[in-house]
Amino acid sequence: MSQATAVAEPPVVDIRFEQELADAIVGAWAEDTQKAYMIAPDKILAVLRHLRDVEGYDFLSNLTCVDYKGYGGKLRNDVSERLEVVYRLYSTRIGGGPISLHVRVPQDETVPSATAVFPGANLQEREVYDLFGVKFDGHPNLRRILLWDGFNGHPMRKDWQEAYYEEDVKPFRSRHPKGEYAFHEDKLPWAKNTTYPTGWDPDSWQQPVAYVPVSQAPHHENEPHLDTESIVVNLGPHHPSTHGVFRMLTRVEGETILALEPEMGYLHRNHEKIGERNTWLMNMPFTDRLDYLNSMSNNWSYALAVEKLAGIEVPERAEYLRVIMAEFGRIVNHAWSIGFILNDLGALQTPALYAIEEREMILDLFEAVSGARLMCNYMRFGGVVRDLPAGWHEQATYLANDRLPRALDELDRLLTENEILKARGRGVGYLSVEDLISLSVSGPMIRAGGLAYDIRKAEPYGIYDRFDFDIPTLPNSDIYDRYYIRLLEARESVRILQQALRDIPEGEILGGKGGYTLRAPEGEVYSRLEAPKGELGFYLVSDGKTTPWRYHVRSPSYINLNALGPMSVGYKIADAIVILGAIDIVLGEVDR
Amino acid sequence: MASLPPNFQQLKQEQLKPFLHDQIIVPDELQANVLITTVDKIYNWSRRSSMWPLLFGLACCAIEMIATAASRYDLARFGMEVMRPSPRQSDLMIVSGTVTKKMAPAIVRIYNQMAEPRYVLSMGACATGGGPFKEGYNVVSGIDKYIPVDVYVPGCPPMPEALIYGLLKMHEKVDRQSVTSVPWYRKDSSAFVPVPRLGPDIFDPRQVELIKDTTLKATTGASATAANGPAADAEGRARGPKTLSDKAKARMEEAKKRWRAKKGVPA
Repeated sequence: MSQATAVAEPPVVDIRFEQELADAIVGAWAEDTQKAYMIAPDKILAVLRHLRDVEGYDFLSNLTCVDYKGYGGKLRNDVSERLEVVYRLYSTRIGGGPISLHVRVPQDETVPSATAVFPGANLQEREVYDLFGVKFDGHPNLRRILLWDGFNGHPMRKDWQEAYYEEDVKPFRSRHPKGEYAFHEDKLPWAKNTTYPTGWDPDSWQQPVAYVPVSQAPHHENEPHLDTESIVVNLGPHHPSTHGVFRMLTRVEGETILALEPEMGYLHRNHEKIGERNTWLMNMPFTDRLDYLNSMSNNWSYALAVEKLAGIEVPERAEYLRVIMAEFGRIVNHAWSIGFILNDLGALQTPALYAIEEREMILDLFEAVSGARLMCNYMRFGGVVRDLPAGWHEQATYLANDRLPRALDELDRLLTENEILKARGRGVGYLSVEDLISLSVSGPMIRAGGLAYDIRKAEPYGIYDRFDFDIPTLPNSDIYDRYYIRLLEARESVRILQQALRDIPEGEILGGKGGYTLRAPEGEVYSRLEAPKGELGFYLVSDGKTTPWRYHVRSPSYINLNALGPMSVGYKIADAIVILGAIDIVLGEVDR
Repeated sequence: MASLPPNFQQLKQEQLKPFLHDQIIVPDELQANVLITTVDKIYNWSRRSSMWPLLFGLACCAIEMIATAASRYDLARFGMEVMRPSPRQSDLMIVSGTVTKKMAPAIVRIYNQMAEPRYVLSMGACATGGGPFKEGYNVVSGIDKYIPVDVYVPGCPPMPEALIYGLLKMHEKVDRQSVTSVPWYRKDSSAFVPVPRLGPDIFDPRQVELIKDTTLKATTGASATAANGPAADAEGRARGPKTLSDKAKARMEEAKKRWRAKKGVPA
C-alpha cells in the first residue's frame, strides 16, 4: 500500500492474551485482512470481560452476524455451522485497530448475550435476533426491533427470499430483455410486495400483544412524593419532534420519565439485503441514502472498506478531494444539527434558518461537483468520480476562509450565551463518559463528555495525519455541551478545509483498474471512519464473487440510541425531546 | 375619503375589468366595492392560496421538503409555509420518502384523519413506486397501493424546484375543480380507507379473499387455478401464480411494439 492509503495496522495483541485464554480460542477466521479469533460460544463472555478489564478494549464497536449457507468461497469448506456472530472491539485509551472475535453459533442458535459485559450490545443483539434469528441468552429485552412482532421469518438469512425476488445477483437478467418488461407485482395476485405463508388465514389473525415498558427509575418509596399512577405515553412514529419516523415509548409519572424505549424500523428499507444482491459498485449510491445529510462520509467509508479488502490505491489528489468533501459534509451536518437542537428547545425555525442558509452554500458546491445536492454518489473505489469544475476551488476557498468562519462566529454569538439554552441545557441528559462508552456511543457525544477520542486521530485514515487540527472536548456531558461541541468541531473542520484547499495538488483522481465490475478477493474486512455522527463502519465479507456476501453497516445513529433510555430516565418528557435531538440521529441510518 | 386620488373610481374599475362579466349589471354606487366572480373561482382560489401541508417527513425527501420551506426556496410565497403537525388542520399530505410496511398503517390512519378536502402529493421515487428500495422486504412499492395520490413528483430526491413545480401542478388541479362535482359534498363518497394490518406480512383488508384464495387452497392440494400452477414453491411459501395478468400482457405487447419500432425489427 502506498502512503496515501495507509491505514493503521491491527495491534499486536499481547501474547499473554493468547496464552491465558488458550482454551477459549478455537482458531482463526481463515486468512484474514485483520486478525480474527474464533472463540468457543460458552467462553465468549469470559473473553470479552478479560479484554475489557485487562487489555483495555473498552469499546464494543460492532456486533453482527453472517449467514454462510451456500457460501461459495474456498475458505470455509470444512465448517458445518452456518451462522457466525462477529464482534469488533476497540480501545478508546490506546487507540489503534480492532480486535476481532468470531463465534460460531451452535445448533440451538443460542449465544450468551454480551450485554452483561457491554450494555451497548443491546440494540445490536436485538437486530441480529430480528434479522437472523440468533437468540441471545441473558439479553434483557430480546424482541424484534426493525420488523414487527409476528413477521414471518428472519429476512437476512440466505434462504429467505423477498416477495419480489428474481435472482440472487443483480442486474437481473429477467429485466428488459428485448423490449419485454414485466413488473413483478403483475405476477402476484395481490399486486403488492408481499408474501404469505401457506395455510395462513387472515381472518383468524391476532396481532401480538403490544409491548409496554416497565419502570427503570430507581424506586423512590422512601422519598416524599405524590402517589400518582404512571402512564404509558407514545411519541411517534408521526410526531414533529422525533426527527423522522421514530417512536419513543415512554412510561411517565406526572411529567417525569420512568422508562423510555426506542422503537424503530419505520424506515427499515432493507439496505443490507439489497446490498447483498447488488454488485460492489452498485452499493455506492445506496450508501448515500444511509445518513442522507452527509452522503460524502458514507461514500468514503464504504470506499475505504472495499479498498482495504481489494488493496486499491488512491491517488493524492483524490485523497485531498475526499477530505474536502467530508469536512464540508461535517459542517453541513453540524450546522443542521445545531439548528434542530434549538428547534427542539422551542426556538422554532429561526436558528435552523440561519444554519440552512450556510448549508445551501455548501450544497451548491456539492451540486457543482457531483450533480446532486444530497445524494452525491461522488466517490469510487480508488478515488473520486469527477474532478472539480472551473471556479469551484475559488468558491470553496471563499467559503472556508471567509464566509463559514463568520457564520460560525455568528451562531456562536447568537446562541452560546443564550439564557434559555443554558437553562434548558445545563445538566440535562447527563451520562458519565464511562457509561457512554460502555453503551458503545461514539462521536461528538463522548467528546462532549471529556474524552478526546476521534478516529481521525486515534486510527488515522486517508490523509488526516497531515493536517493540523485539534479534537475539542467539553467536560459536562449534557445537552448544552453536546450543542457546543458541534460548533467547535465545525470550526476544526474549517481549519482542515483551509489547509486542504491550500495544499491540494494536481493529478489523477481515480486509481486502481477502474471498470464496472469488481471482484474483491475472498476475506472479511471492517473499516470505519469518523462520520459527523460518530463511528461509521462497514463490515464486508467477500466470497470472491461480484457481489458482497455480507454487507453490514455499523451506523452511529443506531448505536448511539443505546444511550437514549438511560439518559432520559429521571428527566421531564420535554427534556427527552432535546436529549434525542442532541444525539443527532438520522432515521435512514438508524433503520437502514 | 379625503385622501383618495381624484381618479380613484376609474383606477378601481380598470383593476376590476378582467373580473367583470358583460351580462351582469352592477349598480354604479357598488362598482368600487363589489367583485363578481364564480363560486368555483373564489372557492378554489382561497383553497389553493392557503394549502397547509402536513408536517410529515418520512426519509431523505423530507430533508429537501424542509429545504423547500426554508430560507432559499421559501414556500411562504405560495401560502404554504404553515406546516401543521396535526392531520386535522392540514389539507395536503406530502408523502416524502420511502413508505415501509411498518409505517404504512400509520400513514393510512393519518390520511383518514385529515379533513376533506384533502390532497396527497407523492414526493420522490420511493413514495411513487418503491424507488431503489423496491425489492426490499419491508418496502411498499408506492403509497398509491393504499391511498389515492393526486400529484407525483419524480426524483431521488426531487430538487426543491421540482417539489415547487409539483405543488403548482397541485394548484392547477385545485383550480379545475368545481364545487358542484367535488366528491366531498356528495353523500356517498367519503369512506375511510381501510387501514392495512401487519400479519406475517402487511395485508390489505380489501384483499383478504384474494389472499385466502392462494394461501388456503395451497394446503388442500388443489392449486388456485390450473393456469397458475402450484401456489406454493418448494420451500412451502405461497408465491402466487407464475403467469401475468391480461393487463400486464397487453402492456408488454405494447412495449415490444415500441421496441421493434425503435430498433427497426419487423414483427
